[in-house]
Amino acid sequence: MTVLVVVEHDRGALSPASLEALAAARTIDPVVHALTLGEAADGLATELGTHGAAVVHQVHHDLLCDFGPEAWGESVAQAVRALRPTSALSCGTDRGNEVMAQAAARLDLPFVANVISVSEADVWAVTRVRWGGSLLESCTLTAATKLLTVSHHAFEASESPAAGTPSTLTVELDPSLARTIVTDRVERAAGVTLATSALVVGGGRAVGSAEAFAPLEELAALLGGVVGCSRAVTNNGWRNHTDQVGQTGTRIAPDLYMACGISGAIQHWVGAMASKKILAINTDPEANMVSKADYAVIGDLHKVIPAITAEILRRRG
Amino acid sequence: MKVLVCVKRVPAPGAKINITADGLAIDTAYLAFTTSPHEECAVEEAVQLIERHGGESTVLTLGPAEADEQLRYAASIGVNKAVLLPIDSAEWDPQRTAAAITSAIQGIEATDGPFDLILFGNESADAGNFQVGVRVAHALARPIVNGIKGIEIDDDSLRARRESDAGVEVYSLTMPAVLGVKEGINLPRYPTLKGRLGSKKIEVGQVVAEAMLGGQQMVSLVQSSEPATATIMLGNGPEAAPAVVDLLEELGILK
Ligand SMILES: Cc1cc2nc3c(=O)[nH]c(=O)nc-3n(C[C@H](O)[C@H](O)[C@H](O)COP(=O)(O)OP(=O)(O)OC[C@H]3O[C@@H](n4cnc5c(N)ncnc54)[C@H](O)[C@@H]3O)c2cc1C
Ligand SMILES: Nc1ncnc2c1ncn2[C@@H]1O[C@H](COP(=O)(O)O)[C@@H](O)[C@H]1O
Repeated sequence: MTVLVVVEHDRGALSPASLEALAAARTIDPVVHALTLGEAADGLATELGTHGAAVVHQVHHDLLCDFGPEAWGESVAQAVRALRPTSALSCGTDRGNEVMAQAAARLDLPFVANVISVSEADVWAVTRVRWGGSLLESCTLTAATKLLTVSHHAFEASESPAAGTPSTLTVELDPSLARTIVTDRVERAAGVTLATSALVVGGGRAVGSAEAFAPLEELAALLGGVVGCSRAVTNNGWRNHTDQVGQTGTRIAPDLYMACGISGAIQHWVGAMASKKILAINTDPEANMVSKADYAVIGDLHKVIPAITAEILRRRG
Repeated sequence: MKVLVCVKRVPAPGAKINITADGLAIDTAYLAFTTSPHEECAVEEAVQLIERHGGESTVLTLGPAEADEQLRYAASIGVNKAVLLPIDSAEWDPQRTAAAITSAIQGIEATDGPFDLILFGNESADAGNFQVGVRVAHALARPIVNGIKGIEIDDDSLRARRESDAGVEVYSLTMPAVLGVKEGINLPRYPTLKGRLGSKKIEVGQVVAEAMLGGQQMVSLVQSSEPATATIMLGNGPEAAPAVVDLLEELGILK
């Protein structure tokens, strides 16, 4: 009885969520193995051992030198057939979900995405998130090998030293699987992004226009943060979708989120709820964002934001 | 070219999701219905591709009879044809959904010829199973890449862009192909009056949905618990600015 953790990495750089998947695996079974795809990931064995992997199955193949959902999914499917684990799991990231879905399709097995807890019997009882995290679903999972991904932040990564013994696993990949391998890349310049910024100034429908975001930009720049927005804003074409916070946008986790003129619909909230503190600025004291926030100012954002900026400049002299 | 888009009817909750007394569904008594923003963008993308390259677009859904509304919405912004796979409940499990959609597509393609491109949302808004598109593509033996935020087509080849933590990844596929689309790929248009009137007249084709239950079965829905926070009021209007800046200093954001 083993649990196999499918390790997500980008050309050898480990995705931190993979360590959460290892932590989750240890709650399911004491014997945890890891699977790394591509030679570039060989160097990860020690770290995976530190986080509880007794054996690290390493797959080498020409088609695994960069990410390709089909080549990765087929490799996972072959690993499951060869190793027969009770469960194979990965992290609930875009890649993790895609690769496990590919493996499930190839194995003709069910696959449960974004799981937060598992209780085992013949038929597993699994809890997973729906609506991006606003709703939980209890479901049963019946399968020879249980395929799942774990929801981000549901398990905390922690060390639990195990051998981390490397072992070679051979797969046969049809050359046609090259059809979905990354062919080109544009690397992002290093810097603060919406997802990693310590401060986000968010604007909603009440901001009113693209130009009216200038005071929010000014305040964010003054505090070394970035501007985010709601879907009402992107839908109006006032800002690019890369600035959208929420279920179908970016999930943020700043020290402070200043939500200005945003009502706090659940689909926005799931993207903002990992913020350490939230300050709502809203004319409506009953707005959902106000009741859920740690702090609130009741008033017109067009007056409150410039006043905050002026006060900062005044104190700085 | 021929493009197919698959969409799922879902409720559109606002500030809170309420669950029915039996714990089996969202209480939709006062809710409107919609599709995922990812799927809205997939529909818009299909319409734009046909505008650019010529051809015909089709929208397909597996859902209750009321999902007719989502099909006609797609038609109102320019999709040419619509297909409904009616079921008795709000949704089927993902394996069963994928199997039914696959056989419907096979049936349509047997009479009307193959789709060059099939678009899915990256994930459905409610269930978020992250798999229906992948299963359908695999069953049809076609390539699929998810998370797509840009599509360029040149004859039979297609370049698709996807964002990752490291930047942008580019995939080069040959059609027929399948893509999972993410919101942000375009800005969906609003239907015109003419579009809305036209959408009332289109004939919605019906295909019988038939497939076996999958291995994942929903038992109940539970609201995720949220710690009740007592909101600290910093004041009203611009006079609250000093209190806000005090807070920024206290949190170490303003140094
Ligand atoms: C499947 C699905 C996915 C979605 N994904 C996302 C997502 O990723 N991100 C997202 O944001 N939304 C998402 N939405 C949309 C979401 O449901 C809401 O429609 C949207 O978040 C509302 O944006 P808003 O708060 O800016 O606008 P509104 O709801 O219109 O709120 C405006 C707020 O501004 C306040 N206000 C008005 N005037 C002023 C003023 N002068 N000063 C201060 N406050 C003022 C009002 O009191 C109100 O609270 C999704 C919806 C669905 C169905
Ligand atoms: N009932 C359905 N009818 C049509 N398409 C669907 C249905 N369910 C899911 N899909 C499509 O499959 C995608 C992925 O769904 P899911 O696997 O539930 O996350 C969605 O974005 C839709 O494009």
